[in-house]
Amino acid sequence: MFASISFRSVCVAVALAGVSLFGAIGARAQSTEIQISYKDKAFTPAEVSIPANTAVTFKVKNLSDKAMEFESKPLKIEKVIAAKSEAIINVRPQKAGQYKFVDEFNEDVAIGKVIVK
Amino acid sequence: MIAALIIVFREVFEAGLIIGIVLAVTRSVPNRNRWIGGGLVAGIAAACVVAIFAGGLSHLFAGMGQEVFNATILSIAVVMLTWHNVWMARHGRELAGDMRAIGQAVAEGSKSLLALAVVVAVAVLREGSEVVLFLYGVLASGDDTTVGVALGGFGGMLLGAATCALTYFGLLRIPMRALFGTTTVLIALLAAGMAAQAVAFLMQANWLTALDTVAWDSGWLLSDSSIIGRALHTLIGYTDQPTVMQLAVYLAVLLATFVLMRMFSTPAKMSRTAQA
Repeated sequence: MFASISFRSVCVAVALAGVSLFGAIGARAQSTEIQISYKDKAFTPAEVSIPANTAVTFKVKNLSDKAMEFESKPLKIEKVIAAKSEAIINVRPQKAGQYKFVDEFNEDVAIGKVIVK
Repeated sequence: MIAALIIVFREVFEAGLIIGIVLAVTRSVPNRNRWIGGGLVAGIAAACVVAIFAGGLSHLFAGMGQEVFNATILSIAVVMLTWHNVWMARHGRELAGDMRAIGQAVAEGSKSLLALAVVVAVAVLREGSEVVLFLYGVLASGDDTTVGVALGGFGGMLLGAATCALTYFGLLRIPMRALFGTTTVLIALLAAGMAAQAVAFLMQANWLTALDTVAWDSGWLLSDSSIIGRALHTLIGYTDQPTVMQLAVYLAVLLATFVLMRMFSTPAKMSRTAQA
């Protein structure tokens, strides 16, 4: 009996914590959109320049017939993009610098770079 | 072949660690293999389904379906892990000691096993769908390299299984009495780490933008893409650039676990109620 109460309490506690923390949902700012396409294990463009401290959106088109995973450790992005499809990736405001991104499934050849300045 | 081995191993490594811990936690619980095995199979099946519908999933929630999905399953795992800890705080003593209570504890125990089976399924599902997509992509291409890559992928999975075995047998070396305390802490940290990961996904989706400043950057000390960094990422939620929100949620889960365990493990109060 106590076990079932505790299960419910845990759920409620977690839900409450969630609700109180999620006060800031929906503050989705409009941001610059940058198109990147991916084919034959290469990004086009392989170098993307964006302004510092500004949120941007990448629209990544996977033109190949295999799924890929767009990954950037320094930008904290990992997203699977199915074959012949497009994904939207939010890039949070970044400090000036260079940030690498890869197709994780072909990370030794499929490499690109974001230049923030 | 080596590239495939590394990619697959990296994906199954986390699941291997988690399953190893879950097996050690449930070492004395009857029927645990059936439950954990069930979680594993369910996770693999779900990974295949997610891989097949990866495109569709992405398009949900204005293109943020994947992030929301990941955050959701991670949150489910957090609830299950926390509930397990609270349950153990209440019944762990019965399982370890009083044999008369064990009949009831076993009946109750299946609930806890269900929670942990869900955790296993989530762990396998999360990284598994990427393995499925990767291997499918390679196999579908039909290059000369296909056999090598398949072998590499298989090797990666074997290494993942080895990680699981090492974790399990490593934990078994801990004496039974200390094991309970150790696994409680391990599971609490695991849950807190998963909650912080869920936050990262919600931030990636722009669903959560509050407190998004980076608290510190310890990448110079230990990168979270190194093998030790990855292990710590899974085990305690280590990340080299946590945001303030991730830290807050991490600490909140630890605190919630602590408070709930205290609330529900009240043997003195319990025996009084029983006498009354």
